[in-house]
Amino acid sequence: MNNEITGAEIVLKSLAEQGVEVVFGYPGGAVLPIYDTLFKQNSIKHVLVRQEGGAIHAAEGYARSTGKTGVVLVTSGPGATNVVTGLTDAMMDSVPVVCITGQVPTHLIGSDAFQECDTTGITRPCTKHNYLVKDVNKLSSVFHEAFTIAQNGRPGPVLIDIPKDVQFAKGSYEEKNKIIIPSHRLFEPSPDFEKSKIHEAVELIAKAKKPIFYIGGGCINSGPKASRLVREFINMVGSPVTMTLMGLGVVGSSDKNSLGMLGMHGMYEANMAMHECDVMINIGARFDDRVTGRLDAFSPNSKKIHIDIDESNINKTINVDVPIIGDVKQVVEKMISIWKDKKYKIDTDSLKLWWDKINKWKEIDCLNYKNEGKQIKPQYAVQRLYELTKNTKTFVTTEVGQHQMWAAQFYKFEEPNRWLTSGGLGTMGYGFPAAIGAQVGHPDALVVDIAGDASILMNIQEMSTAVQYRLPVKIFILNNEYMGMVRQWQELLHGGRYSESYTDSLPDFVKLAESYKAVGLRAKTTDELDDVITQMIETKNTVIADIWVTKEENCFPMIQSGSAHNEMMLSKDQKQDKKSAEKGKILV
Amino acid sequence: MNKSVYASPDQVSETKRHILTVLVDNEPGVLARVIGMFSGRGYNIDSLNVAEVSNDENISRITIVTHGTSEVVSQIEKQLLRIVPVHSVTNLDQEGSSVEAEVALVYIYISDTNKKKVYQLCDLYRARKIENENNTTIFEIAGASERVNRFIKEINEITKIEIVRSGPVAISSIQKNEEE
Repeated sequence: MNNEITGAEIVLKSLAEQGVEVVFGYPGGAVLPIYDTLFKQNSIKHVLVRQEGGAIHAAEGYARSTGKTGVVLVTSGPGATNVVTGLTDAMMDSVPVVCITGQVPTHLIGSDAFQECDTTGITRPCTKHNYLVKDVNKLSSVFHEAFTIAQNGRPGPVLIDIPKDVQFAKGSYEEKNKIIIPSHRLFEPSPDFEKSKIHEAVELIAKAKKPIFYIGGGCINSGPKASRLVREFINMVGSPVTMTLMGLGVVGSSDKNSLGMLGMHGMYEANMAMHECDVMINIGARFDDRVTGRLDAFSPNSKKIHIDIDESNINKTINVDVPIIGDVKQVVEKMISIWKDKKYKIDTDSLKLWWDKINKWKEIDCLNYKNEGKQIKPQYAVQRLYELTKNTKTFVTTEVGQHQMWAAQFYKFEEPNRWLTSGGLGTMGYGFPAAIGAQVGHPDALVVDIAGDASILMNIQEMSTAVQYRLPVKIFILNNEYMGMVRQWQELLHGGRYSESYTDSLPDFVKLAESYKAVGLRAKTTDELDDVITQMIETKNTVIADIWVTKEENCFPMIQSGSAHNEMMLSKDQKQDKKSAEKGKILV
Repeated sequence: MNKSVYASPDQVSETKRHILTVLVDNEPGVLARVIGMFSGRGYNIDSLNVAEVSNDENISRITIVTHGTSEVVSQIEKQLLRIVPVHSVTNLDQEGSSVEAEVALVYIYISDTNKKKVYQLCDLYRARKIENENNTTIFEIAGASERVNRFIKEINEITKIEIVRSGPVAISSIQKNEEE
C-alpha cells in the first residue's frame, strides 16, 4: 500500500516505461491532474499545439517519420471531439498513436456535465481499440496493453479515456513485463505461417512472364528492414515495381525497376503494366479504389498474390489467388530464402519482352508539361524543390489535393519514412502539423510541407506552435487561389461550374508568416523560384514560401472515376467516354 | 459487394441466412463494438443474442443471425476478428451441423369462444402456460425458429397476441474430442 501513487503519476510512469519522449497536447479541466504531474518531471517533453486536431496530426507525423508510437494528451468534450478526424486518419493509414483524453469524474458520467461527451462511444469506429478506465489500479495495465495494440499487427490509434477522479485516486503501478496480454487481443501469426502458400507464391513468381510488384504502406509499417528485403527480392526477380501513395520510398525512385506511383494520378506505365501483367505481387497494399479504378476491368488476366497482415483486406474488393497473412518482413524473408534454395530464375526472354513493352509506355512521358513564359507551373515548383533538396535529409509532408499528387509525382523518394501524406482519409490540414511532428522527431532534418493555399488554412494556427518550439518547418504553398482538385473535377465533370472552389480574400502569406515572427517568402515568376527555395532551406526558422503558380493547371495523368487502368486520361483534350463519365460522376 | 461501378465483378453467390457465434471478453462496450461494425459497414443483423457463458473467465457468447452472400459473410467474420476483445468467430453454417433454438413469450388474448382452440394449439406445440399472480395468459414456446413461426401464424388466426422473441441461439453439434 505504501507504493501507491496517483492515477496521473501512473499515466506519466507508464509513458516513461514505454519509452515515450514527447507528448503532443492541449490542457483543459479534465486533464489538469496529468498536466500537474507533467509539470513536476523532466523526462517527457510536451509540445503545446494550438488546436487538438493539430496534436493528433503532429503525433501521426512523429510516428510515421520515426517508427515510434505518437502520443496525444487532450481534455474531455471538445478536446476529444477535435481529435476524431486525426484518429480516423490514423486508422485509415495504420499509424500507431495512443491518445489520452480526460473525462468528467466517474460520478458525473451520464449527467451531461460541463465538457462531457461519450468519448469512447464517439471514437469506437475510428480507433483500433479504446478504453474508459474507471479503476485506478487498472490504469497501468491498460496503458501497456494500449501501446502493444497500437503497434501490434496492423498498427492504429488507441484511445484511453480517464475520468478526473481516477487521475487523483491512488493506486498501484504494474510494470510492463508483469502484464500478460491474452493472445486473442493481439495479432500473432503462427511461426510456421502459411508455409505452403508462400511456396506456391514464389513458384508463381518464378514462372511469371509479365510480373509486377505492387507495393503499399504495409511495407513501411513493417519497418526499414522490410523495405530492404522487398528491394532485394525485386532485384533478384528483376521485375518492375510500382508503389501506392502510401508506399512511396519502399523502393527508391531511381531504382531501375521502379515505375513510380500507380493509381488515379499514377504513372501511365505503372497502370498499364498493372493492367497487362500475368502475375501481380501485392505486398502490404489493399486494392484501394484510388488504385484499382473500375473493378471489373482491373488487371483482368493476372494471377494475384496478396501479402497482408490484416486478413480482412484479403478478398475485400479484389479476389486473389494466393493470399498470405503475415508481416511483410517475415514473409518476404521467407520468399527470398525459398527463391535461393530452389535456385529459381525468371525466364529472361519473356522478362525482356515485358520490359520492352513497359519502356514503350514510358516513352509517352505521362508527366510531361510545358512551362509558359515566366509563370511558375506547380509541377515545375515541386521539381525545383526536389532538385534543391535532394542531397539533404528531407522529410516531405503534404496536405490533400492537387499539390499532394504533384508532390507524389515529381518529388523522388529514395528512402522509406520520408514521405508523410494522408492517403486513406484524405485530410486537408494534415501536412503542417504532421511536419511539426516530423521535425520534433528529427530536429536536424529538413522538413517541408508541400501545401495548397486552401489546405494550409485548415491548421494555420499551428504556426504559433512551430515558432514557439523553434521548429524550422518549411511550408511550401503552391498558391493558385483555388481548391485545385475540386476545381479540376468541376471542370472535367460538372461543366466548368466552379461552385465555391475559388478562395477569395486569402491572407497575404508573407505577412501572415511575419505576424507569427516566422519568415515569409514569395515567388511570382520562374526567375525568383530557385532563390526563394534556397533561401527557404537556408533559413533556420519556420518559413512560409508562397509560390504563385498557374491557376488552372490540371493534375494529369488521371484515371477518372469509373474508368479502368488502361483508360488513362493524359491531358484535358482527351475526353472520357460519356457513359463511364456519367457513371463516374456519382463516385468520389 | 456494393452497388457501384467499383462493385466486384466476380461471380457472387446467393444470399443466404447465416448464424455466427462469437466468443468475446465480457467487458464494457463489447456489444457496441460488434453491432457498430455491422451498422458502420452496412451489414445486416436479423437477430442478436448475448449472454455470459463462463463466469470465471468473463466470456460471453454472441449469436448473430445475418444474411448475405458467402463473400459478404466471410468479410463479416474477418471484420469481427479485428475487434480486440473477440476470441473467435464461427459460422455455424460452415460447420455443417448445428442445433439452434429460440424462446418466445406470447401474451394470448383469450375469451370463452376461443379458449378451447388456443389450448389445443398450445398443447400441440408444447407451449407452456406461465403461471403468475395476475393470472394472465402468457405462454412460453421454445425451439427452432420455423416452429415458433408456425405457432405464431396459427395462433394469430385464432386471436390477438403480443409476442417477444429471443432470436435464435445456436451451438455446433459436431462432436469434439477435446474441450477448448
